[in-house]
Amino acid sequence: MKPAVLWRGGSLVALVAVAAAVPLLNNPLVTNVGVFVLMYVGSAVAWNIFSGFTGYISLGAAVFFGTGVYTTALLTEHLKLNGGAVFATYPLGGLAAAVIAVPFGLIALRVRRHTFVVVTIAFFFIFQLMAYDFSWTGGTLGILGPIVNWDPNTFYNPFYYTALIVAVGSAVLAWAIWGSRFGLQLRAIRDDEDRARGLGVKTMRVKLTAFVISAFPMGILGGLYFFLQGQALPEYAFNPFYDLTLALMSFLGGFGTLSGPIFGALLLEPYLGYAQYQVTNAYVAEVVLGALFLAVIIFLPRGILPTVGEKFTSWRVAWVRRSAGAQAAPAEPAGASPAADAVKTGAAGSGAPGGGSQR
Amino acid sequence: MTVLLRTEGVSKAFGGVQALDDCTLQVEEGSIAGLIGPNGSGKTTLFNMITGYGRVDSGDVFLNDAKITNFTPDRVFALGIGRTFQLTRVFSRLTVMENMIVAAHTKDRSGHHGDKRTRNPFARAGGPVTRRRAMELLEFTGIAKLAGDRAETLSYGQRKLLELSYVLIAEPEIILLDEPAGGVNPTLIGTISDRIRELNRQGTTFLIVEHNMEFVMGLCDQVTVLDNGNPVVTGPPDVIRNDRRVLDAYLGTAEEDDDAA
Repeated sequence: MKPAVLWRGGSLVALVAVAAAVPLLNNPLVTNVGVFVLMYVGSAVAWNIFSGFTGYISLGAAVFFGTGVYTTALLTEHLKLNGGAVFATYPLGGLAAAVIAVPFGLIALRVRRHTFVVVTIAFFFIFQLMAYDFSWTGGTLGILGPIVNWDPNTFYNPFYYTALIVAVGSAVLAWAIWGSRFGLQLRAIRDDEDRARGLGVKTMRVKLTAFVISAFPMGILGGLYFFLQGQALPEYAFNPFYDLTLALMSFLGGFGTLSGPIFGALLLEPYLGYAQYQVTNAYVAEVVLGALFLAVIIFLPRGILPTVGEKFTSWRVAWVRRSAGAQAAPAEPAGASPAADAVKTGAAGSGAPGGGSQR
Repeated sequence: MTVLLRTEGVSKAFGGVQALDDCTLQVEEGSIAGLIGPNGSGKTTLFNMITGYGRVDSGDVFLNDAKITNFTPDRVFALGIGRTFQLTRVFSRLTVMENMIVAAHTKDRSGHHGDKRTRNPFARAGGPVTRRRAMELLEFTGIAKLAGDRAETLSYGQRKLLELSYVLIAEPEIILLDEPAGGVNPTLIGTISDRIRELNRQGTTFLIVEHNMEFVMGLCDQVTVLDNGNPVVTGPPDVIRNDRRVLDAYLGTAEEDDDAA
């Protein structure tokens, strides 16, 4: 257990170090793509805290993201904020998203599986419609952000580091929750919610808490996105692709695992960013995304990391067995009598069921 | 002897089917009670009504003379009624130890097993005392060496033992077992019945639904026969064995032949 933890922790630290060094390349294009990669890492990890741990697939995450976008946008507009001051509103975007998550969760979490998915999609469209139709959201014109005249070479750096902090924070939060009592209850709900309830887990409270927690980082990132784009528009703040992409990233990397969403986001978002710049017809990127989704569901239903990890484990077990078998062969006579004893005690019915003998 | 668990006139219908019909039953503290009856006679439905996995149409359930009718499953469990399921229900992607901790942690009365209560929400689930207690119980049921394995890798019989183990960690006053011997090999059946007897000696009350007559008659102090959602007779095993109404319930009387088939 210990080496695995060290290995995992070490690779995470290395990953963060590499990520933190990216702006040093002084290439605004790379940093810009990097901001989006980190936004998706943070969002996917946050999404996973609820959906991955509990198995409740939410396609309404954009509600939280968009709430963050509009919270920051409205605060910026009404308080006439500019420059660095806008960054101070991000936590409020997160908070607003978390507050929205309470009624959203109380309603949506009454149902399960497919019905839950449909309800979350419905919520998403309701929020998008509200953004379009309310007067105070600016309707289709949206809300314009402040214009800053920062050095174009380092323009994206503050966004980049904010997104990095949120991504790392979400990952640490997810990791801390995983092994805690709360995390264990979430994973128990994923396996058998009714049984968990029968063992005293207050399922509604636990699910809702996770739902609210997962909304917070997405709200922060929504605020960041507003300032980055300089505009809050209904179709980008409440974007169905945000929902689908988060789900796809988690499924690609490993649904319900800790590192899966990080891996999936790191793999997928650079491609999406690249496609946006390079492919003239934007729909090509979307078609590829859809095809990828199908391919993942068909060939890697549990995601890359669990599948590859299992292959690796079975390969290693086979290797260990083969090398052990080579050594054990000459030692057979010596090993025979303890083995026979073990069989005898087993048959005496000490109560220990022989592992492999039953089915 | 005081009555620990009592149902009074409990009725439950699913559509047009009367699963339980005015079902009155008592389980005495410290006893092992059996509940038998043909398929569809309402045994599992009665368990569900007691443990909150469904709402009764009418009637009441009492634990220690306190009404617990239609309590939610988490409350029923917290009050000291543990149960297992006919088709085992373990958390398949959690390890055996994690399964134990889920059950251990959720009970306020004894859940922490002496572990220091912590205000830190991110503290690792299951303190050393809880884990030691879980290990003891897994040794007791004989699956200790599987503690680190995912529950989905367990055989059917081992899952039954795991289910029993994680119900035990919450130290319930009474455990309802739904077909503990169903689909389990004979050696393991012996183990299960030994463990039940031992736990009973330590003070745990049992209510057992089971089709294996040898198992029920060998273990139970008192057996109730359920037929069409209604208890037709209650008594010690040797009385039940020779009661004509029991045979009627299982084989059907001449005029009820059509229903029974």
